[in-house]
Amino acid sequence: MRRTMLFLPSNNPNMICNGGLLGADSLIFDLEDAVAPDQKDAARELLKNALGSLNFGKCEIIVRINGLDTPYWEEDLEYILPLKPDMIMPPKVSGGDYIRTLDQKLTELEAKFGIPVGSTKILALLETAQGVENAYEIARASKRMMGLFLGAEDLSADLRCKRTKEGSEILYARGRLVCAARAAGIEVYDTPFTDVQDLDGLEKDAQFAKGLGFSGKACISPAHVDTVNRVFSPTPADIQYAKDVFAVIAEAKRLGKGAISLRGKMIDAPIVQRARLVLEAASEIEGVDYFAETV
Amino acid sequence: MRKLCNSLKEAIEKSGLRDGMTISFHHHLRNGDYVLNMVLEEIAALGIKDLTVNASSLFDCHEPLLGHIENGVVTGLETDYMSSGIGGPISRGVLAKPVVFRSHGARPAQILDGTSHIDVAFVAAPASDPMGNCSGKYGPSACGSLGYAFPDAMKADKVVVVTDDLMDYPLTDASITEDYVDYVVKVDAIGNPKGIVSGTTRMPKDPIALKIAELAAQAIDASGLLKDGFSFQTGAGGASLAVADYVKRIMLKRNIKGSFALGGITGYMVDMLEAGCFQAIQDVQCFDLQAVQSIREDPRHMEITAAQYASPKAKSSAASNLDVVVLGATEIDTNFNVNVHTDSNGCIIGGSGGHTDVAEEAKLTVIVAPLSRARMSIVVDKVLTVSTPGSSVDMLVTQYGIAVNPARPDLEAAMKAARLPVKDIRQLRDMAVALNGPAKPYARTSDRVVANVLARDGSLQDVIYQVK
Amino acid sequence: MDIKREAMAGTLESSDICVTVQPAAEGIRIDLNSTVENYYGDSIRETIGAVLQELGVRNALVSAVDHGALDCTIRARVTTAVKRASREEPQK
Repeated sequence: MRRTMLFLPSNNPNMICNGGLLGADSLIFDLEDAVAPDQKDAARELLKNALGSLNFGKCEIIVRINGLDTPYWEEDLEYILPLKPDMIMPPKVSGGDYIRTLDQKLTELEAKFGIPVGSTKILALLETAQGVENAYEIARASKRMMGLFLGAEDLSADLRCKRTKEGSEILYARGRLVCAARAAGIEVYDTPFTDVQDLDGLEKDAQFAKGLGFSGKACISPAHVDTVNRVFSPTPADIQYAKDVFAVIAEAKRLGKGAISLRGKMIDAPIVQRARLVLEAASEIEGVDYFAETV
Repeated sequence: MRKLCNSLKEAIEKSGLRDGMTISFHHHLRNGDYVLNMVLEEIAALGIKDLTVNASSLFDCHEPLLGHIENGVVTGLETDYMSSGIGGPISRGVLAKPVVFRSHGARPAQILDGTSHIDVAFVAAPASDPMGNCSGKYGPSACGSLGYAFPDAMKADKVVVVTDDLMDYPLTDASITEDYVDYVVKVDAIGNPKGIVSGTTRMPKDPIALKIAELAAQAIDASGLLKDGFSFQTGAGGASLAVADYVKRIMLKRNIKGSFALGGITGYMVDMLEAGCFQAIQDVQCFDLQAVQSIREDPRHMEITAAQYASPKAKSSAASNLDVVVLGATEIDTNFNVNVHTDSNGCIIGGSGGHTDVAEEAKLTVIVAPLSRARMSIVVDKVLTVSTPGSSVDMLVTQYGIAVNPARPDLEAAMKAARLPVKDIRQLRDMAVALNGPAKPYARTSDRVVANVLARDGSLQDVIYQVK
Repeated sequence: MDIKREAMAGTLESSDICVTVQPAAEGIRIDLNSTVENYYGDSIRETIGAVLQELGVRNALVSAVDHGALDCTIRARVTTAVKRASREEPQK
């Protein structure tokens, strides 16, 4: 479950220490834009030591490395991989070759450090026009690919337009990424909302992303985590419906019925799958086993 | 009868101040106060020595006091709070006699019952008429409530009102009235308005403080006290203040009509009054301009005296009617004793203020604090100074969960029923140690006592030792 | 590693430690100014010493201004300062 992914600057001890408590499902430790070029070494060292000794609770650990067009990315991986982060987020992913290069390097380093080969996953940050166009190819470029992530700030610069809260300028990109990710069978995450104070705007933006089919959304401020978590969590109505779906399936099984319908609608495989995902998420969020009630 | 003096010097001479006497000040001008320094400067110039200063609180702006201590003008200090600028030197031993620390409720109790005798009280008043009818609500240096000045005005042998806004007689909305006042002096400025009250009180942005505040509000709700008739007090900043915001949201959502807010009042409490969350504010001190304006204009916003606020000897006090108080701490130990006098190194950085009083009186006392601050654990085995005894403290709320005093099994059950994260306080202490690494045990460097911390009933509660 | 030049890592912010490493003629000297001296002073000096030893540094003057950094942060900052101080040319 990745409703929220919170960006944390890797060179900031205070932020790193408290990261696990801010309620986000995943933490993105940033070695790229949040760290000045002359501090890349300090950030790597701090992140390496922090990941090795601090407890981040149930948070998934994602590291945004520097781009493959920089002199930093390989050393980023050398330092960080031994700490077994869950995912690597390469920025400015333009096409399949980019992912394949990264994949190769990860394989090499996993072998070197005695980590099960293939266990480090990739979350690709797409923030260029090329990346958006090549989204489907990128999504299928490696077995490590877990998801696509949209970076709208850099993208709007590449598109030569202004970034707005309302977001028409990224509508195509959002739709394209969702489609590409789902077609490839992987997850897709929305760009962060950049106005720290505007929680109403954040809510609208997050609801819109959920409506388009995004799995979750990144956050650049701890203040945004609660809102985004709430938007991407199943609502009580969603949960009740999912329970009803399973109830009606169990009932039909008992009665030996073939076709199953609920509230006038046929229950087919996609609906069951969606219901299962809802109950899985709800169970995880609330620490309750919803499936036990469906048996 | 002419009370108006031409200068502070004249007022001091007329008051009959002699060596060895006790003078007093209130702290409503906070870190913008000029009066204490001006009065001591004149006293020193007159060659008077060996005085005891009983000030309800001392702030960094009172740094010249240290010079007067060095010169023997001031040889005794009695106060309820002292900021680190004064506390540091005191901790290092500049004053020969130990400081007497009281709480904001015990100070008026002891002044009013005669235990704590004041020879001359200097009452800084933002507005006064020539007979001494004075108020904190008017004038360019307006500070709002004059709560802490009342006992001094009522019991001191001589009372000198110092104002920078002399108004025509009679000042119709007087707080302290002429029947208590001996002399009145007009000066150019009694204080710096920017230091007296803050422009606006701001909510903290620190996400950990906000997380703690939200959890504390949920705990208050789970306690069952958050219903019609609810009364509430919080601190003026940090996580304490943020709790008010979360509580307000719950009250507005469920249309809860509370009774009163108490304190130390900020614009946030005024907002809650105006939103209908409370029927009244009982105000012993104003922290910002919004509170000052409200106390001046809104009849529901009451000025209360320090005794009315929290005196343990009062027939009843506002504190004794209080449901919930949210307070901070520099340290809290596994017996729930709280330290607000010193930092982790034993250096004086504060004092009880109203902490000890309200903690004892309120139905529910909630301490909010992060588990540790810059590698210093808040939860410790034993506090360096007991400011507020554990028997007065019901729960600690940190970002890692809530610890409930074992004396309150009902409360712990309520927290668990609401599915809030409950931890044993020793678990929290262990988590702090695990996070920060094992520390060398605190080693006292001196046996010399620099301050006596008195309990609410006047007995000795704890002592503070000198530090290097 | 050999300390060839003066180099610094870390900041003066809360929970961080600002470490400056300089060449020294003989031996290790650690000058520590810490907000938590009473509780962690010895432990911090020990950690700094241990990191220097792990990196093979035998001669250095280390000055550190600490505002409550955790052990992992201290290790990181000392390591970074030492690596910067032992580079042949200044970092690009």
